[in-house]
Amino acid sequence: MSTERANQLPAGETSCAHCALPVPDPRIVPGGGDQFCCHGCETAYRLIRSCGLDAYYSFVDTDSPTRAPVGDTEVTYDELDRSSFAARYVRDHGDGRLSCTLALEGMHCAACVWLLEKLPRLVEGVIEARVDWARSTLHVTWCAESCRVSQIARTVAELGYRPHPVHEDTAQARGDAHARRQLVQIGIAAAAAGNNMLIATALYLGMFSAMEAGVEEMLRLASCVVGLVSVAGPGRVFMQGARAALRTRTPHMDLPIALGLGVGAIAGLVNTLRGVGEIYFDTLSVLVLLLLVGRYVQSRQQHRAADAVRLLKRLTPPIAHKRAGERWVDVPSEIIEVGDVVEVRVGEAFPADGRITQGKTTVDQSILTGESRPIPVAVGEEVSAGMLNLSAGVSVRVDAVGANTRIGKVAELVESASSRRPAIVQWADSIGAKFVVVVIAIAAVTLAAWLALDPAVAVDHTVALLIVACPCALGLATPLALSVAVSRAAKRRILIKGGDVLQRLSRPGTIWLDKTGTLTMGRMSVVQWHGDLEVRPQVAALERHATHPVARALVAFAEANGDAMAAAPDAVEQSDQGGIVGRFGVRELVVGSRRFLASRGTAMDSDILARSEAILAGGHAPVFVARDGVTIAVAALGDPIRPDAKPAIERLRRDGWVVGIASGDHPDIVREVGRSLGLPPEQCHGGLTPQDKVELVTRDRAAVMVGDGVNDSAALAAASVGIATHEGAEASLRAAPVYLARPGLQGVLELLAASRSTMRTIRRNLAVSLVYNSLAVGLAAFGLINPLVAAVLMPLSSTSVVGSSFLTRWRSPTP
Amino acid sequence: MSVLFIALPIALVLGAIAVFAFVKAVRTGQFDDLDTPAARVVFDDADIAGPGRH
Repeated sequence: MSTERANQLPAGETSCAHCALPVPDPRIVPGGGDQFCCHGCETAYRLIRSCGLDAYYSFVDTDSPTRAPVGDTEVTYDELDRSSFAARYVRDHGDGRLSCTLALEGMHCAACVWLLEKLPRLVEGVIEARVDWARSTLHVTWCAESCRVSQIARTVAELGYRPHPVHEDTAQARGDAHARRQLVQIGIAAAAAGNNMLIATALYLGMFSAMEAGVEEMLRLASCVVGLVSVAGPGRVFMQGARAALRTRTPHMDLPIALGLGVGAIAGLVNTLRGVGEIYFDTLSVLVLLLLVGRYVQSRQQHRAADAVRLLKRLTPPIAHKRAGERWVDVPSEIIEVGDVVEVRVGEAFPADGRITQGKTTVDQSILTGESRPIPVAVGEEVSAGMLNLSAGVSVRVDAVGANTRIGKVAELVESASSRRPAIVQWADSIGAKFVVVVIAIAAVTLAAWLALDPAVAVDHTVALLIVACPCALGLATPLALSVAVSRAAKRRILIKGGDVLQRLSRPGTIWLDKTGTLTMGRMSVVQWHGDLEVRPQVAALERHATHPVARALVAFAEANGDAMAAAPDAVEQSDQGGIVGRFGVRELVVGSRRFLASRGTAMDSDILARSEAILAGGHAPVFVARDGVTIAVAALGDPIRPDAKPAIERLRRDGWVVGIASGDHPDIVREVGRSLGLPPEQCHGGLTPQDKVELVTRDRAAVMVGDGVNDSAALAAASVGIATHEGAEASLRAAPVYLARPGLQGVLELLAASRSTMRTIRRNLAVSLVYNSLAVGLAAFGLINPLVAAVLMPLSSTSVVGSSFLTRWRSPTP
Repeated sequence: MSVLFIALPIALVLGAIAVFAFVKAVRTGQFDDLDTPAARVVFDDADIAGPGRH
């Protein structure tokens, strides 16, 4: 039963047997044995063990940043058994087997793959389950008579992966087909390049010693045939791109490449038929291969980012209950329109944005705001697509559907950002196009000049010039440098979507930091206690029943001071208005914020009030304790500032960034934190709503926002570069182009350093290729380049630029 | 006569066969998912066959 797992929790904290995250004190079951942080984890653990799949725990990657407790969900999956669902999502193989694909939340490591593919052992009737890790989907095949979709979905959910059926996504299918076509082209190009290089080696070796004329001719012919296959087959895409660029008169990288390939192929063909002269097919084949590989790598990266975003679109339910006259009918969510009335039952997600027309319930807003505390909503209040309905069925009049919902808009933002070609790549393309115009001009002049001087060599020299003036360095190096930077960042737990980020971060601008969790530890602790000391054990006894971080801090404080254990309260009432009430015998104890106490009509002792003002001025949050209607104590709660925050901020300012704080916390607290970090008060904004943050961030054109991804999604999406920290990867990456899996500012510093060094590499690559090209063109124009030299120089420039991209050094910046 | 006259065309034909096999593999979806197989490497289980709980 015992499994090896690195337990990095501080002493005194118990870890959940399933997810290894800390178990809050109220949930600890005395008497030893396995502890769980939530009911969901307990269910998952027992389910896994009951089928003998304990090995899961030895596979699990405890360092994965996306681990999370299973959570308590009451979502039902019975709707998946309906025929309308089956018609859309389930494929019938005709021999009694059915299959469908489910998108899963919460997959984070190889152990999840292992566990999910063992589904046949967990659910009777399932024949096969295959995971697609990159897309977070599970493809299940089952026997129609032995089990139902709802069983499968429920089991998967119990294991901790919330399932959603996959919508028919034409964009994704097109992307897949495109990737396959690219791979086929690369395969052909690679075979051609490899074979051509072998033939070329033979030919080069034959230059220095005698070669039978027949053999040489055959080798040249073979090289020509393979080379033409390469240019006319996989190379066709460049010709098409060039033709399109000419027609629309836009600069595009394909123009110079097509020119080089075309001229080289024609000249080579002519020389093969003539029997003398240089043939260039080896270089052409390798060039085609390198360029295609570069493009493939780049497009795969973009697709991967788009896939992560598509998960967002799947998080709205596929089936909605629409009112039609007197009855309710089940319809696919896509056909819901504005003005329809839909019924949302307990455990279902809202299919669209709207207002409640009947009933009242509590909802889980975590998809949008990160608040997983239940929020009550009643008639007339707004709800959004993706929110979970927790306690009661309600009717909703739809205000917005699909792409117009709040969640749809965030998805659109992210998707459009990642599909655009990064600006720097577009710029490099346009330089390449201008370059080719210059080269053609020089070639024309060269041709004319040599025709006048020595007609025999005129064509050779011009061809050599055109071959040698290869801008492929431009076409390949910039995207490659970006790709290398992004994948290196990923190894350091900095996840980047799209190359734009690196370019934008290389120049200093304004950077807004969130307070809680980024600048502070994110953990509350009691800093001071004023007032009645004897009530402290009772406060701790009361707060043990809450899971709020304030409660934990109060309990920890009492324990740290060695307070004796008090008897548990007779009755406890937790409110989501910011407080908790308990009854001890006949006495009533209230602990909470000032607003909470005021709402209960509690009298405020003047001394306690004065103390609380002092606490606020000191940058901490006051929590009041009242007994029988009168305040008797106040505790100052603070969130300690991270030790690395101040040096990091100083480093940022040294590098030229204007640093500010943007937080939803009380303005006094924010200003105090800013003061201790050396920031001027006008740069420290507190009390901001998510909308305020968006306005703040869009005020300057180049503002970077670092925030808690789930709460600040709108601001992160609106900023020039949004950097999300320390929440679950899925929720953050939806909104922000960058996600740091490590807490604190060190990751931000590394990212900025990486951006600068990547831009330096790109500029270096461009400089090198321009210098090389100028030299080469110059030499060729004067007839000083031997065609053999030309054939060697051309791939040399590409490989040197590629090599320099990989050699970018990445030093960890010390603040 | 150089053996190359025979060897070279054969080599090219073999290469073409390899390309053909590769293209077939791509078209039947073998290369669609390059990430999950990397995760499966660590598993040493034999069978997934058979439903039923213990």
